[in-house]
Amino acid sequence: MPEVSDYSFVVILILAVMGITAVILLLTYLIGPKRTGAIKHSVYESGVDPTGDARRRFNVRFYLVAVLFLIFDVEIIFLYPWAVLFPRLKATEGADQQWASDLAANGFTPAFFIVGIGIFFALLTIGFIYEWRKGVFRWD
Amino acid sequence: MPDIMNFDPNDKTPTIVDRLIRAPGVIIGVAVLLGVVLAVVLVAVWMLWGDAVRALLGSQLGLSIVIIAVTIGLMFSVIATSILFERKIAAFIQDRKGPNRGGFWGVIQPMADGLKFLLKEEFTPARADRPLFILAPCIAFIAAFIGFAIIPWAGEIHWPWMAEGETVTTQVASLDMGILYIIAVGGFGVYGVVLAGWASNNKYSFFGGMRAAAQMISYEVPMGLVLVVVLLAAGTLRPELIVNQQAETGIWNVFLHPLAFVLLTICAFAEANRTPFDLVEAEQELVGGFHTEYSSMKFAMFFLGEYAHIITGSALIVALFLGGWHVWFLPNVDDTVWWAALIKFAVYWVKIILFIVFYIVIRWTLPRFRFDQLMKLAWKGLIPMGLGLVVATGVLVALGWQRNVPANLIANAIVLGISLWYASRSPSPVTGRQDNLPEIEVRPSATT
Repeated sequence: MPEVSDYSFVVILILAVMGITAVILLLTYLIGPKRTGAIKHSVYESGVDPTGDARRRFNVRFYLVAVLFLIFDVEIIFLYPWAVLFPRLKATEGADQQWASDLAANGFTPAFFIVGIGIFFALLTIGFIYEWRKGVFRWD
Repeated sequence: MPDIMNFDPNDKTPTIVDRLIRAPGVIIGVAVLLGVVLAVVLVAVWMLWGDAVRALLGSQLGLSIVIIAVTIGLMFSVIATSILFERKIAAFIQDRKGPNRGGFWGVIQPMADGLKFLLKEEFTPARADRPLFILAPCIAFIAAFIGFAIIPWAGEIHWPWMAEGETVTTQVASLDMGILYIIAVGGFGVYGVVLAGWASNNKYSFFGGMRAAAQMISYEVPMGLVLVVVLLAAGTLRPELIVNQQAETGIWNVFLHPLAFVLLTICAFAEANRTPFDLVEAEQELVGGFHTEYSSMKFAMFFLGEYAHIITGSALIVALFLGGWHVWFLPNVDDTVWWAALIKFAVYWVKIILFIVFYIVIRWTLPRFRFDQLMKLAWKGLIPMGLGLVVATGVLVALGWQRNVPANLIANAIVLGISLWYASRSPSPVTGRQDNLPEIEVRPSATT
């Protein structure tokens, strides 16, 4: 058996699920009845004749939430590498200890990591408090 | 052929089909028969192509394919069962009987529903965006069903025919990015709902889609923060290592981070659009929300996707907080015999099913949020608490106390205390409760 990367298993899974999806859609397309009509093809809005297009202007708050999400989620993703590496800095044996002492020899001591993430986290929190005070989260 | 023209609705005499379908013996007999056939087929395959099967199970590629097949099959059967149980538990809570026509105790009701979905008309409204309209349920379905790739179902297996010390892992893919994969797939799932709302060209669907987008992305932020808490304590992104840590020490993460567990559970409810966060499909206001215009299997794919999302979310929470396959008196990390792996697999699914029952009971217990309450809970409640938890856990890790239960509990209590104190003195409480309402004069109603 040749050595295969684990990511190829994910690809196999995705292909399998895509296959199931295609089979389901095809089956229901082939089996189901097909009867058309102008009324039936109109939009269902509780029996009232639809007025205008549905893609209309919407509340700006939805847009604000999307912008906030972009900022916050990217900032939180930046926390992940730190979160995974930080506990290993305190390792006392094995390869992790070698890695941590190499880092410390180059100036990246645990204190550096704490101060660095402290500044990053302070910026994140200040931004969050600013948005809160600005009333971005007011929905009523 | 029944006489349709002279059909009498009051005629209660059961036909032969009715009697067969409702007889417990018939259904149990068919189920036992299917089980026996499956067992015979498996034994026959083992006897005939034993070497090929052993080679398949012994290689990681083969085992991953077997796990994909088994897990997708299990997910479909658990979904069918949980739909029946959802209706039965709802009936129990509302003091009625629930489905009881399809077989005894309604056991073949989910199968009947599935068949009906398949036989219904596959329909696209004239003004809908046809490619996106078809793509949306596919995305929802695929995103919900590929999330389990990194779930460590049963740890490592050492088959008897393998060389000494060799093992294969019972995980579809042991990725080094682990948890990030689940976050990515969860983010991908938002597209299904939003595109469905957009493509339908229906105002109900559109509003449902907008709400879905806002809700799902809002709750992804606290979910990300809470996952940082767990990763910070574990020092790895691989879920199998997180489970192994809990199994080796015997201390589940839920005892270390109870608050994070509660926050992640809330976020999982919101991500799966389950009550009390099902504003996306709020029947009373939005008819069906994003799936108003969907019919037949395309609707069923949203439905299956929602339940698959619940199962994957439960599996993730079980892996991160509830010890995965670990129970104290059962096989541990070092037991890699095949029957130990089977026990672990069963334990994992028992935990998932208990969590699904919890989902169902919550659905029929709590009323739906209002939209402003929903957003307040995410942005003013969960995110500050998540930030506080990250800081508290960071301090504990810096002090080297990340697996110290009392220190973690005290840190959690401090964060919870500060949050509750702030919530109680805030002029607009995070729950959205309105104080200072004008007094209403209550008069006794006129009695005759």
